[in-house]
Amino acid sequence: MTQATQPVQRRAIALVSGGLDSMLAVKVMQEQGIEVEGVNFFTGFCVEGHTHAIRKKDKDKEKRNNALWVAEQLGIKLHIIDISEEYKDVVLNPKHGYGANLNPCLDCKIFMVNQATLMINKAREFAGDKGFDFIITGEVIGQRPKSQRKETMPIISQESGADDRLLRPLCARNLPPTLPEREGWVNRDALYDFSGRNRKPQMALAERFGLEDFAQPAGGCCFLTDESYSNKLADLWKARNERRYELDDIMLLKVGRHLRPRPHYKLIISREEGENRFLEGYRYMFTSLTTVSCPGPLALVDGQFESDEELREAAAIVARYSKGRVLDEVTLEVRGPDGVARQVTVKPALPDEVLPAWNVG
Amino acid sequence: MSETLYELDTRRLMCPMPVIKTQNKVRTLGTGDCLKVVCTDPGALNDIPAWCRINGHEVLETGEDGNEVFVVLRVGEDNGALF
Repeated sequence: MTQATQPVQRRAIALVSGGLDSMLAVKVMQEQGIEVEGVNFFTGFCVEGHTHAIRKKDKDKEKRNNALWVAEQLGIKLHIIDISEEYKDVVLNPKHGYGANLNPCLDCKIFMVNQATLMINKAREFAGDKGFDFIITGEVIGQRPKSQRKETMPIISQESGADDRLLRPLCARNLPPTLPEREGWVNRDALYDFSGRNRKPQMALAERFGLEDFAQPAGGCCFLTDESYSNKLADLWKARNERRYELDDIMLLKVGRHLRPRPHYKLIISREEGENRFLEGYRYMFTSLTTVSCPGPLALVDGQFESDEELREAAAIVARYSKGRVLDEVTLEVRGPDGVARQVTVKPALPDEVLPAWNVG
Repeated sequence: MSETLYELDTRRLMCPMPVIKTQNKVRTLGTGDCLKVVCTDPGALNDIPAWCRINGHEVLETGEDGNEVFVVLRVGEDNGALF
C-alpha cells in the first residue's frame, strides 16, 4: 500500500540587509508559500540606526536595527552573524576590485552568498527536508554599478558556490531559470523583471504589499560606499604603513572630526555630546585631551607625540573647538591610556591655524 | 524543570553586537532558562526585545541602571541553534 506523500514545505534563506529590496524579495517568496528565514551579516561597516544615534542631533530618530525591524514586519526568524573578522580579507584583497570608493561590492556579495550557501548546505546535511532549499536576495539588475549588473549575477552565483540555488525574486525573469523555478517550488511567472536604478517598480510593489515604513539608505547599507569614510580608511592605512584594521579602528572612523596635523598622529575630536560619550569608552586605549577650564570636546590621539610642542599644538587645536576658543588661555587635561593625567594650558589655535589639509575625509 | 539565571556582559559593544552575543548565548541555553543581558548601548533596549519577539523568547524585564541598561529574557521552545 502506498501512502499519499505530503508536499514538501520548501524553505529559503534570505539575505536581509534591512532595506526595501530584500524585504520585497521575502514578501514575494512568502506569497508563493515558501517558508523564509533571514540572515544578516555584521561586517563592521554596516550603517546602523545606532551609529547615527551616537550623535545627539539624531536622537529623535527611533533607534532600531533595520534588519531586526524588517524581520519582525515579515514575521520571519533572523540569524545575525558576526563576520567582521573573516570580512577583513574581502576589504583588503578584493579579487574583483573596488567600486567608486573602498567598496568591494562584488566580492562582498559573493562572500555573503557563500556564507549563506554554507549555512544551507549544513542545514540540508543535518536536517534533510527540514533544512533550507535555496537562497534569495533582493538584488536587481542594474541597481548598483559595481555588483548588481547583468554580467555580475552569474559570477555571484558561481563563485559563491550557490549556483542555481540562488534566486533573485525581483529580477528573476531577466535571468535563466534557477533550480527552485525549474523544480516548480516557485512559479517563475509570478516573479519579477525589475532592472535599472529606477525605484518606481519597488515602490509600487511595496504599496501592493501594504509596506509603508522602510529604510532606504542613499548609499546602500555600508560605510565603504561613502567617499569621506573611505578616505579616512585609506589615511589610516597610509599612516600605519600597512593595510590592516581592527574593529575598533573602523568604528572610530564613523565618529568625530578627524584631523591629522602630523603624519604620525591624528586627532579624533567629538562634535557633540553623543560623540563625546562614545569616545569616552575608548579613553583606555588612547591618549586623550579634554578641556577643563571651559566646556569643550573630547579628543583621542591616534598615534604618538614626538615632543611636548606637538602635545601643545594638539591641545591648541582641541581648544579651538571648545567654548573657550576666543579666550587667551584654555586648560586641558591630557590623560594617558593608563589613566595618568596632567594639565596643560595653551592659547587656542586661530581658525586659519587649523589647516584644511589636516582634515581627513 | 529547573530554571537558571545566566548573565551576559555586553558593555561597550555597539549595535548589533549585543544582539549577536545574546543570540549566541541563548543557543547554548535550554528552554525556560533566564538570561540577564547588561549593555551600555541604549539601543539594545529596542533590539534585544525585538529579537526576542522574532525568535519566540519572553522578555521578563527591561531597565536602566545609571549608564547601563539591561534586559532579562526567558528562553522559548527553540533556542535557535541552527544545527
